[in-house]
Amino acid sequence: MKRVVITGAGTINALGHSVAETLEAMREGRCGIGELDFRDVDRLAIKIGGQVRGFEAEGRFNRQQMALYDRFTQFTLTAAREAIGQSGLEFSGELAARSGVVLGTAGGGVSTWDDNYRLVYEEGKNRVHPFVVPKLMNNAAASHVSMEWNLKGPSFTVATACASSNHAMAQAFQMVRYGMSPVMITGGSESMLCFGGVKAWEGLRVMSKDACRPFSANRNGMVQGEGAGIFVFEEYEHAKARGADILAEVAGFAMTSDAADIVMPSKQGAARAMAGALADAGVNRDEVGYINAHGTGTAANDKTECAAVADVFGPHADNLMISSTKSMHGHLIGGTGAVELLACIMALRDGVIAPTIGYEEPDPECALDVVPNEAREAKVNVALSNAFAFGGMNAVLALRKV
Amino acid sequence: MSIKDKVIEIIAEQAVLEPSDVTMESTLEDLGIDSLGLVESIFAIEEEFDISIPFNANEPQASDFDISNVAAIVEGIEKLMAEKTA
Repeated sequence: MKRVVITGAGTINALGHSVAETLEAMREGRCGIGELDFRDVDRLAIKIGGQVRGFEAEGRFNRQQMALYDRFTQFTLTAAREAIGQSGLEFSGELAARSGVVLGTAGGGVSTWDDNYRLVYEEGKNRVHPFVVPKLMNNAAASHVSMEWNLKGPSFTVATACASSNHAMAQAFQMVRYGMSPVMITGGSESMLCFGGVKAWEGLRVMSKDACRPFSANRNGMVQGEGAGIFVFEEYEHAKARGADILAEVAGFAMTSDAADIVMPSKQGAARAMAGALADAGVNRDEVGYINAHGTGTAANDKTECAAVADVFGPHADNLMISSTKSMHGHLIGGTGAVELLACIMALRDGVIAPTIGYEEPDPECALDVVPNEAREAKVNVALSNAFAFGGMNAVLALRKV
Repeated sequence: MSIKDKVIEIIAEQAVLEPSDVTMESTLEDLGIDSLGLVESIFAIEEEFDISIPFNANEPQASDFDISNVAAIVEGIEKLMAEKTA
């Protein structure tokens, strides 16, 4: 088995248009959640979200590209450019032939569905643009990354709702680890902040109207976000040989299924995923200094997740830090694990723990060190990133400092 | 604007050219319009004239609509427009 390291990272989300901007916002505990701004927002009961601001596709992409790129693809390409640029890799010959792209998204081109349903149902049109299908398909973003950077190896898209990115990154990790590919581009993106995308979530009645306050006793639900996180996963010797800057090592992962309920999370499923990731990485539980929580801010998730952490870590649960950055960037659904991995990298590389902001009242059912409201300096050698999806599909990644 | 001028304008926009660069003898290939560009042009023409063009991208040659050059396309649109107003 080969060691796998991260040699590039890129993002765009409500906190910033780059990794540097995002990490600065996390260090400052800044909130990227605000009033939603799109057509028919007045017909929504939920009017807040972690929307990407100041992002104009015009100018970044040419007319032909604009016709083919849904917003989730635009986010992906923007983040991929930053990540691959940082890695310094150029793909040609054998490297191109064996390197690929595995991305996560829950909804794919949601706003393309939304816009075109509106045209045919509401406006009564009988003809849609010829690129509707290639624009909305879930693998569109992965395909455009492969085309843009000449990645000719295994590429596909994973959809496991809110765990999509973590499942995708776990898969990419495995492919590099077992020598199938020397480099994989991975992560995920989501762009559901349009009328239909928010209306669908409203139906579940798990959304907050004012803020995302994970682990706080007065939490009242989740808040949607949007954006992308993209990483370059590279075989360690390959990275070392070319003198690449290594951000962190991907040490292990585990995936589990609750096999129980389509929406309610299971403590056992979450605990088995965390314990599995530790075992896969070969680390002891007391080596874990930080967990980036799934931490959605719903009653169900947060207490189940905290109970699972207590089960897995025993007395060490009181020594480790666990925070939910969703309080700042919102829940990016299929892209969330990718943006949240940045907080793990910051903990390992910079020794800065991103806070859980909006924390107002302790909850006895979430009695862990949730790094409330202010970032903290701490030396961390191993970090976990949790993602527990609707449908009971869980994926946890373990990262190690290099 | 005549049907011919409007069709040329749409094709020119698709080809990222000036309308003056598009002649009646130009083929879509000459203008650098690929298969995706072709379906996009057909869509734009349908939208502009509110007509339905009998074009099947699986077998363009077998369609009732001749796309061999700009003149053929313009002639086809003129015919469809005549049928529409008839």
